[in-house]
Amino acid sequence: MLDTSVGAAGEGTGVGHDGFITLDGVEKVFQVRRKAGLLRRERHEVRAVDGISFQVARGEMVGYIGPNGAGKSTTIKMLTGILTPSGGRLRVAGIDPSRERTRLAHRIGVVFGQRTTLWWDLPLRDSYRLMHRMYRIPDRRYQENLDRCVELLDLGELLDVPVRQLSLGQRMRGDIAAALLHDPEVLYLDEPTIGLDVISKAKVRQFLKELNAERGTTVLLTTHDLTDIEQLCRRVMVIDHGRLMYDGSLAGLHEVGESERMLVVDLERELPAISLESEGAGPLARVVKVEGPRQWLAFPASASAAPLVARIAAEYPLMDLSVREPDIEAVIARMYEAAAP
Amino acid sequence: MAETVAVRPGPEGSREPGGSAYFAYEERPRVLEGLRAYGLIVGMWVRSTMAYRASFVMTTFGNLAATAFDFLTIVLMFTHVDALGGYTLPEVALLYGVSATAFGLCDLLLGSMERLGRRVRDGTLDTLLVRPVPVLAQVAADRFALRRIGRILQGLAVLVYALATLDIAWTPLKVAMLPVMVISGAAVFGAVFVAGAAFQFVAQDASQVQSAFTYGGATLLQYPPTIFAKDLVRGVTFVVPLAFVSWLPTLYVLDRDYPLDLPQWVAFLAPVVAVAVGALAGLAWRAALRTYRSTGS
Ligand SMILES: Nc1ncnc2c1ncn2[C@@H]1O[C@H](COP(=O)(O)OP(=O)(O)OP(=O)(O)O)[C@@H](O)[C@H]1O
Ligand SMILES: [Mg+2]
Repeated sequence: MLDTSVGAAGEGTGVGHDGFITLDGVEKVFQVRRKAGLLRRERHEVRAVDGISFQVARGEMVGYIGPNGAGKSTTIKMLTGILTPSGGRLRVAGIDPSRERTRLAHRIGVVFGQRTTLWWDLPLRDSYRLMHRMYRIPDRRYQENLDRCVELLDLGELLDVPVRQLSLGQRMRGDIAAALLHDPEVLYLDEPTIGLDVISKAKVRQFLKELNAERGTTVLLTTHDLTDIEQLCRRVMVIDHGRLMYDGSLAGLHEVGESERMLVVDLERELPAISLESEGAGPLARVVKVEGPRQWLAFPASASAAPLVARIAAEYPLMDLSVREPDIEAVIARMYEAAAP
Repeated sequence: MAETVAVRPGPEGSREPGGSAYFAYEERPRVLEGLRAYGLIVGMWVRSTMAYRASFVMTTFGNLAATAFDFLTIVLMFTHVDALGGYTLPEVALLYGVSATAFGLCDLLLGSMERLGRRVRDGTLDTLLVRPVPVLAQVAADRFALRRIGRILQGLAVLVYALATLDIAWTPLKVAMLPVMVISGAAVFGAVFVAGAAFQFVAQDASQVQSAFTYGGATLLQYPPTIFAKDLVRGVTFVVPLAFVSWLPTLYVLDRDYPLDLPQWVAFLAPVVAVAVGALAGLAWRAALRTYRSTGS
């Protein structure tokens, strides 16, 4: 594990005291059989989740990311009670999910991007009605919640369409509404923006943001779209091969990922690569590319650009400059690669 | 923040920032919760079927006609012989009617469970597991098909024919036995359905095996036990106690001897046996559900 306490993780919500979701060395091992030869079958183990510990406080909104097969969905399935952990301790709102699955179900909402929790052959409206009764949602709450979802997620025209006729993005919005009708305290989202267009994505993100801000719903979100995380989550957890690699703020990832910012300078004329030696501390920046009078200089993301710019302005005929922020995708990609065996 | 795990606000309880429950969770008996959920889901499917009333009437009628051929086969047989294993047509009709009605009831209520295997394999069972009601109720009620009522109607028709033509020396016990055997019969079939569903968690083609027991069993019971080999009768009685469904109680009503050497009061064990196999099937189901491991995507 690289770091577990960087940055603004759950600022002010008191992480550690009030672990609303608590995992303690949680493991999930799948026994799989593989064909080896004509009749022989080999058993072997897949450690999908390999000793993960973390806490999420009430009202936090946390991104849970990692490469394909990292164990994200498996973790969420354990947090909902679908799967029983092979080891470790797991509590959500004080409940052991796999032992008291139906009790927990009243308090959580789940959206699987990959599959719907709605009734495939029924219109959305009928699915919602059924949820209303099934969860015993008081009539007034139900109507308020439904109206709110219909308005914010733009479901008005879809209510009478059978779920199987909805497009992926429409269905996803329908699913998000379905997960929220019973006022869950926790919302798990497993790739909620998969396959959505730009407008739908923005709508969903805005909706989640408001949900978290206004109702204090705790949200745990997996995604491969880092913009989701950037816009929604102050805290991010990175897992790979079933292990927690990072837990902290998104900004903190840059430090851990040793990411660099880029200074692009335009000089008066074509010159050899800029070389700046600071007293005893090695080079301030390294030149990555020279293209005519334009040069690209990489410097640590944590360092300030001001002294660098001042030095260049003093020693070179500087015309123009711009600073490029590090690409979080690149940081994460480096992290995934570094973790690969 | 206040401890909110066991918050029980009023019906429209106020909400603290930070998200406590709006309405409380109350512990309720699981069986009742299951039945309630079953009713809710079935009600919804029936409503949605009724939106296409004409098609419903057609498929129900088709269902009725298809099952009616079963009995016609028996009637045709009797045009060549006077008795089957020592039983007359009305007597066989009673056996048939009881078995068909019991099986029809069970098929109507639990027939959807056959599809469970697919849900296990493609991982869509996940979505049932996140809902606050027992999975068994959801699986059983899924896509409830009211058209399966055709089978029951057909069974009842044959039953009525049998009762009208037979000359039975009725006693209060015999009268009471009629509904008891139909209902316990349906329950035994139901237990086989549930056990079959449990088996679908571990074996891919379990539903075939289950059909052999249910459809096969129902067909078997429509004929008098005297035409089968003793070993088969013994198996059906003791291993999968399907015989308690119809053979034993019906033979009691008909004042006939059971092929195996059993005292007459055994016929009254039908409800007890039904409850016992039901409980066993329930245990199998719970054990099976624990083995569920979802899918990778
Ligand atoms: N039901 C299962 N049976 C066997 N192996 C499984 C099962 N579910 C998951 N796995 C394995 O566990 C590992 C983690 O899977 P998981 O679905 O949790 O990954 P993920 O992080 O959600 O990936 P993705 O980003 O692709 O959705 C994978 O190697 C996968 O093959
Ligand atoms: Mg996944």
